Amino acid sequence: MIRFVNVSKEYKNGVIALYDINMEINKGEFVFLVGSSGAGKSTLIKLLLKEEGITRGKLYLNGTDITRVPNRRIPFIRRKLGVVFQDFRLLPNKTVYENVAFAMEIIGASPREIRRRVPAVLGMVDLSRKASSYPDQLSGGEQQRVSIARSIVNNPPVLIADEPTGNLDPETANEIMKVLVEINNRGTTVLMATHAKEIVDSMRKRVIALENGRIVRDEEKGGYGIEI
Amino acid sequence: MGLASVTSISAVLMILGIVLVLILSINNVVNDTKLKFDEVEVFLEDDITDFQMTTVEETAKSIPGVISIIYRSKEQALELMKQDWGEDAYLLEDLETNPLPNSYIIKVQDLELAENLVNSIKTLDGVEEVKYYKDIIDRLLTFANYIRIGGMIIIAVLVFVSIFIISNTIKLTVSSRKREINIMKYVGATNSYIRGPFIIEGVLFGLFGAVISIFIVYYAYSYLYANMNESFYNMFTFYLISPESILSDIAIIFLTIGAGIGAMGSILSLKKFLNV
Ligand SMILES: Nc1ncnc2c1ncn2[C@@H]1O[C@H](COP(=O)(O)OP(=O)(O)OP(=O)(O)O)[C@@H](O)[C@H]1O
Ligand SMILES: [Mg+2]
Repeated sequence: MIRFVNVSKEYKNGVIALYDINMEINKGEFVFLVGSSGAGKSTLIKLLLKEEGITRGKLYLNGTDITRVPNRRIPFIRRKLGVVFQDFRLLPNKTVYENVAFAMEIIGASPREIRRRVPAVLGMVDLSRKASSYPDQLSGGEQQRVSIARSIVNNPPVLIADEPTGNLDPETANEIMKVLVEINNRGTTVLMATHAKEIVDSMRKRVIALENGRIVRDEEKGGYGIEI
Repeated sequence: MGLASVTSISAVLMILGIVLVLILSINNVVNDTKLKFDEVEVFLEDDITDFQMTTVEETAKSIPGVISIIYRSKEQALELMKQDWGEDAYLLEDLETNPLPNSYIIKVQDLELAENLVNSIKTLDGVEEVKYYKDIIDRLLTFANYIRIGGMIIIAVLVFVSIFIISNTIKLTVSSRKREINIMKYVGATNSYIRGPFIIEGVLFGLFGAVISIFIVYYAYSYLYANMNESFYNMFTFYLISPESILSDIAIIFLTIGAGIGAMGSILSLKKFLNV
């Protein structure tokens, strides 16, 4: 599904954020990306999203080489990748329903599809009752569930989450994890960057650990590790 | 904010309007002049012989571009003059002798061709003088060209300035919606999808500015026309073009340019923000 081959990333200012990354994530996997601050987790995600260019190496998504693609193809790559961020990134002047529907409108879904699909996804993240609320009327956990709903509403094969529980208390974080696991159980590949030791340790999923831009550990059913 | 865009577009278009009216008027004058002066007048000496007259006629006929040759006697010439003078014709009643010469009026297809004709006729015996108006027309054409070129340069500069103003205005809207654009990009919106609403905004600014300037230019010119047309005619013996006849041209040109400036401005303003 996702394959990095000898990937390095050097930012324009000379910082080498990733160094010779090799990894393969298969369809349906749930993978934690861990590492201390500045290890390169977000950079790795940005490479996948084509937000940053790759300095060396090759990157494949679904068997397609996406190392270098023309700008006009980038939107179509992003449609295969749902994204969730630590800061939710919801539109404050749109309701929950509209925030989710918006993602479907953008890719040109028909109004009928939107009317059918949005309530179903809101049901999945348990927000049916909040459909007409605005983001500032919601708790952090609820806002993050809206953003998860938005990220999966177009059925992307991969869901990428960069510290989705970073702004949430442990209990709310657990709720979010349940939602992510459920999405994973429905067949979506999930890649989640996180600092949350307890979550990683309790879930026993595959863990890829980064340190100074290198992969230092990659284990099935791993824990967070002690080196942080 | 929008006010700055609309105003700058209106200002550009109004100046464009002035240049356009000038160019159209001059074109009008040039065309009129060409029509009026599609003839060459050959004044004959009073003692010209029949043979010499035939030579003049034959020579003229042999030159390409000559349409017709009409003989006008001094009596006919005086009669025409009386008609032309209208109310003042009584001044001519007192003349003891007719001072006007006999002449040939030679019509040519195009004044540009007349030079040839003039050169071959003016040296013939019995020809006193040949008159035509190429100089005037040449001068008018050069003048029209200067106006045209000057106008184009001014307009080009102003168009750039207003594209710049518009793009800065829209940049403000864009940066206030930066977050939204950013989210759209992550969800996989194409650049053209994101640009759409901003281009519409820019085009609306442009059209709005165009409408305003169409009104101003039209009414200002109508006012000028109503008050100045007569005196203009008396000075230059040409009428101004009527406001009605240029309204649709001006409207089409203004709306097109206004919309174009608006669209260009918004495309420029988005450039930076789309590189996410
Ligand atoms: N746009 C950028 N330009 C230059 N350097 C950058 C840029 N973004 C990140 N870096 C650098 O690259 C390195 C990796 O940063 P990255 O954001 O990937 O870390 P991270 O693992 O996500 O950290 P955190 O856990 O704090 O989010 C850091 O040294 C950072 O300073
Ligand atoms: Mg990060």
